[in-house]
Amino acid sequence: MRRRLFGKRFKIVLGAGILLCICLAAIFAPYLAPYDPYQQSLVRRLKPPAFMDGGSLRNLLGTDNYGRDLLSRLIYGSRISILVGVASMALSCTLGTVAGLFAGFKGGRVEQVVMRFADAHSAFPDILLAIIMTAALGGSALNLILVLGISGWMVYARLVFGLTRSLRERSFVEAAASYGGSDRYIVFRHILPQVVPVLTVVATLQVAQMILQEAALSFLGLGLPPPAATWGNILAEGRDRLFGAPWIAHTSGLAIILVVFSVNMLGNGLREALDPKAAGAGR
Amino acid sequence: MLNYIARRLIYIPLSLLLVLCAAFVVLRATGNPIDIFLDPNHTPEQADVLTARLHLDQPILVQFVIYLRDVLRGDFGDSLQFGGPAMPAVLDRLGATLELLAAALGVALVLGIFGGIACAVWRDRTPDFLISTIAIAAQSMPSFWLGILLIQIFAVDLRWLPTSGRGDGWHLILPAATLAAFVLPNFVLITRTSMLEVMGEPFVVTGKAKGLSAAKLLFTHVFPNALNPILSFLGIQVGRLVAGSIVTETIFSWPGIGRLLIGSIFQRDVPIVLAGVVVVSLFIILANLIVDLLLSINDPRIRLG
Repeated sequence: MRRRLFGKRFKIVLGAGILLCICLAAIFAPYLAPYDPYQQSLVRRLKPPAFMDGGSLRNLLGTDNYGRDLLSRLIYGSRISILVGVASMALSCTLGTVAGLFAGFKGGRVEQVVMRFADAHSAFPDILLAIIMTAALGGSALNLILVLGISGWMVYARLVFGLTRSLRERSFVEAAASYGGSDRYIVFRHILPQVVPVLTVVATLQVAQMILQEAALSFLGLGLPPPAATWGNILAEGRDRLFGAPWIAHTSGLAIILVVFSVNMLGNGLREALDPKAAGAGR
Repeated sequence: MLNYIARRLIYIPLSLLLVLCAAFVVLRATGNPIDIFLDPNHTPEQADVLTARLHLDQPILVQFVIYLRDVLRGDFGDSLQFGGPAMPAVLDRLGATLELLAAALGVALVLGIFGGIACAVWRDRTPDFLISTIAIAAQSMPSFWLGILLIQIFAVDLRWLPTSGRGDGWHLILPAATLAAFVLPNFVLITRTSMLEVMGEPFVVTGKAKGLSAAKLLFTHVFPNALNPILSFLGIQVGRLVAGSIVTETIFSWPGIGRLLIGSIFQRDVPIVLAGVVVVSLFIILANLIVDLLLSINDPRIRLG
């Protein structure tokens, strides 16, 4: 086979490197951001970025309709994106893994109930759940994490279920059972460790999906309410200013694509490293 | 075959019941329905009318049964924006959404399958490298930003196409392209993987050995066998496609169900939101059923197994 330009090592290093920078920016936002992201300034509204005509070094990426510094807003926005992306992934990964392990190991009626429930839930698009929840409860970071976390568990449940069911028949599980290992011991010491590599890949790739979903909800006005600095909000504000101030929409769009791209790179690199058979497969 | 269809049909009410349950729990059990259904300036009379209509003085289980009965009758209450019943107002918008979905899905399927086949045929050579790289990069593209970029380029700068709304065929191009781009990369990659898998099978080698032309081998032996993973993937993608259409409709002010739903949330028009959610879920369930039937027609092992 020909040597690929994008080897797994390259993908992991590139993805993890960019992500590390973004995470550091999110953590140290108060020290990095040149201005308060909510500080309005009527005299400095709709200033273009420094590299465009009429821009100045005072606002490197320009300002929005209220004169707020876009660079500061983008840096603070990364906090919401990463928090919601990682926390909702953790929630759906936990729910799905527990359900999948349980269904796969117990089999029988438990399997029927859990897996049919997963099938039924799959017919319910997550964005609709988000819409109803926002209509009822309003958008907040916690609600977003709950909505996205609950709506993503089926992927893990199916995956873990399939693996557990085949692992259960393997001889090392039989051996563990025959020397008197309890169900809990077998599941946590013998089955779960075998599932983890595949889970890591899926979970990494899901963070990208969750970040996109959060931005989409925020763009629709279903995320954190407007003054909040989230990338989706900035993009939504930018859409209405496309004629006069296109940089508002495009800087936040670039920020989103950068994060999602690096998470996808990391995930695909991990997949090639941990699960060589599935390399190059679609999501 | 009939047996298989019957087995699949059982899941429809089950899925729909789950949807209704979720909607009921969120809208009734998590907060005071009066606060959720009515705007903050409501009068005591309005509250009384709503209490009577939703039977809020009854136990919660009785409320749920009454709610299910109303929904089965297609009664979602009257829309606050339009005055009339909610369901017809939602169905009114169905045509626009279906038009957008059909155009986007058609483009994504055709381009995705041909792109994927091209990748598989020229595996690890320039076309494969180009198409796969673009597809993987495109998976990171937020569709809402792509829509905005397209508006900026083709409507604002070049003035070739209208920015938004629904009218003649020109209005359809940008929204359909945005929505198609949302699912297209996945179709390319799944087709590529699935074709490559089948190409390694012994019967393909046999075909080659008995001197079949490359095109005949590809389209009569490899593709039909690679179709199943693509079809089942299509079923998974319908939900994503619908979610994407909600975003796309909002960007392009396309007068479909998605935009109606989003608008209704801001108007606090709960009956419309409920009716819309039910219609969209039903659409996804039916689309999945159709995909399952296509799968079982293409592969007898599924309906017999």
